[in-house]
Amino acid sequence: MQLNKRMLLASIAGLAVVVAGPALAQKKYSPGASDTEIKLGNTNPYSGPASAYGLIGKTIDAYFKKVNAEGGINGRKINFISYDDAYSPPKTVEQVRKLVESDEVLFVFQPLGTPSNSAIHKYMNSKKVPQLFVATGATKWGDPKNFPWTMGWQPNYQSEGRIYAQYLIKNHPNAKIGILYQNDDYGKDYVKGMKDGLGEKAKTMIVSEQPYETSDPTVDSQIINLKASGADVLFNVTTPKFAAQAIKKAHEIGWQPIHLLNNVSNSVGSVLKPAGLDAAKGVLSTAYLKDPTDSTWDNDPGKKDWIAFMDKYFPDGDKTSSFTAYGYSVAQTVAQVLKQCGDDLTRENVMKQAASLKNVQLPMALPGVMLNTSATDFFPFKQMQMQKFNGERWELFGPVMSGDVGS
Amino acid sequence: MLLRRTGTREPPVATIAGMPLTTWRLTALGIGLVVLAVIPFVMKNFYIFQITLAIIYAIAILGLNLLTGFNGQFSLGHSAFYAIGAYTAAIMMDGFDIHYAWTLPAAAIVCFIFGFLFGLPALRLEGVYLALATFALAIAIPQMLKSSAVEHWTGGVQGITIIKPDAPFGLPLNSDQWLYLFTIIVAVVMYVCGDNLVKSRTGRALIAIRDHPIAASAMGIDVALYKSLTFGVSALYTGVAGALGAIAISFVAPDSFTFSLAIALFVGLVVGGTGSIPGTFFGGLFVLFVPNIAEQFSKGLAGAVYGIILLLVIYLMPTGAAGLVRLISSRLVQQGRAGG
Repeated sequence: MQLNKRMLLASIAGLAVVVAGPALAQKKYSPGASDTEIKLGNTNPYSGPASAYGLIGKTIDAYFKKVNAEGGINGRKINFISYDDAYSPPKTVEQVRKLVESDEVLFVFQPLGTPSNSAIHKYMNSKKVPQLFVATGATKWGDPKNFPWTMGWQPNYQSEGRIYAQYLIKNHPNAKIGILYQNDDYGKDYVKGMKDGLGEKAKTMIVSEQPYETSDPTVDSQIINLKASGADVLFNVTTPKFAAQAIKKAHEIGWQPIHLLNNVSNSVGSVLKPAGLDAAKGVLSTAYLKDPTDSTWDNDPGKKDWIAFMDKYFPDGDKTSSFTAYGYSVAQTVAQVLKQCGDDLTRENVMKQAASLKNVQLPMALPGVMLNTSATDFFPFKQMQMQKFNGERWELFGPVMSGDVGS
Repeated sequence: MLLRRTGTREPPVATIAGMPLTTWRLTALGIGLVVLAVIPFVMKNFYIFQITLAIIYAIAILGLNLLTGFNGQFSLGHSAFYAIGAYTAAIMMDGFDIHYAWTLPAAAIVCFIFGFLFGLPALRLEGVYLALATFALAIAIPQMLKSSAVEHWTGGVQGITIIKPDAPFGLPLNSDQWLYLFTIIVAVVMYVCGDNLVKSRTGRALIAIRDHPIAASAMGIDVALYKSLTFGVSALYTGVAGALGAIAISFVAPDSFTFSLAIALFVGLVVGGTGSIPGTFFGGLFVLFVPNIAEQFSKGLAGAVYGIILLLVIYLMPTGAAGLVRLISSRLVQQGRAGG
């Protein structure tokens, strides 16, 4: 009897193992993930020359507080660890190594700045730790063949260049294009996108290319040259200070081309106002997120949710800044990836799920501008919509356009 | 004193707890070296990497100390020499496939020439004016690295990514451990040379120029030459540190060498103790770790916390860490004498 009882117990225990077996096997973890917690790492410039961007990191932090207050993701709380790198690449390397080797995070996302991300690019890929949704628009972040552990997020510069090209081909097929661009990788990325988008017609349509250096005091002479070339389209690939100068100078010399201003510099407050709102009237640009200051969206549920989130979890945050809308959106993208991961929280699966985003519509993205990725496409945002400055604010027009670089 | 010499007693040797001060110093140095040698085998890679960086900063601070602490010339521009050293290493490794060890002497020579040439016109400038001139250098260099004339070599704003070296001769070390040991070897050489330099005839000349330039030149010291040479040697040290830094980080970009690096080196110099060679080591640790500690207190107020720590340090150790050690040891010596 005694023996039988034991055998019975043993067989019950054995049965339990068999039943529980597959369920246990489905839960897979890399460092940084467990039944109760997911550790995520991030670096942001909270101090130093680019500290204005620190708002993005703070918004992400607030968003995960909200996620945790609502029960976490698949029952796991998010432990968001964000360090200050002061926009200094050596500090980024140090802080990211701390995240990976000491804090042992599941992955690092949204490190900010092209140099900072370049500094950790090889490291992350050799360690096989995801470097997800980096905060820079350079095109090199979408290279799954050589860097399968790195992925961008925002529309890259080449995509945007292609969108302007599409717009011109459709609406102004005989345009004579003059390009003003910053002479570095950022500027050249845009020019390449424009030329690729124009294709065969690039040679005939582009009549003048005027580079400038960041060390130049003004771009006045470039604008004068462009006008003299007979161009009737100005493709303005400049950072904020130079963008304001270009708009102002063109207005002063009475040149009124179709003015395409890159997304980098389409801030009303820091570019168009200094240039003069009158001078900036009629300038064209692109957008992919909802402008928090645009009253068009006041009754939009996505914006209402965002306002509610800001009021409750980030009351000190600036609701007129695009950075808070940006941080909110990128945090939601990460939450989406983690939801898709389910109980398989390995680094491999994180990359796999990040590369399997299908028509994800974020609440603060423009309607129709959706996230899409695949095993060969590491550019989540590729779509943008054109917008025109009416002297007060930007007005969206036309369809959502795609500037797929992969195609 | 005369009486004592003629008497039976030997001149009193400064002692603490019966041991002469020099023995204490040697013991401390020995323990320090043993600790440094053990670190790579007991700590996590990440901490090894951090300490490597701290030692690299210490070498850079030593360079600054030779200039400011021993020769009395101010510089707020040593980030420029650090950058030149780093770019020399990066361009040689990336563009010419030259072994990383060779980049150090090359960086040393380039920075020495650059520092010496900068020192020549800077001779006419004293004190704050010199500080301002070097400040201009610190501001200019990151911009110049981006300019199109040199972009082909420097990689412009994108910088240069280099490959982290592995341990040679099949040593069973990972690249962090090896780089740490490599850095330690370089540091020991640099510190021994620096120590010999300041204790030599030349070193006395440097200190004489700092303390009383007119008297120094009356003694026959060529003030102009020595000042320029010191600038060159100082730049050499900082440049070698820059080259090591580039290898350890495996990446250089203009944003790595902004004015805040120059200030960090200056802070390390003052905190470690001007005119002290061991103090620079403390300075390196301070520069690397204290901002991290400040950040742990509060993210929003990290800058303020850093400021408070810095104020406390300056208040408690007005002559730097080296000054504090000197003060404590002299107190102990006096106590010993009073007791005995």
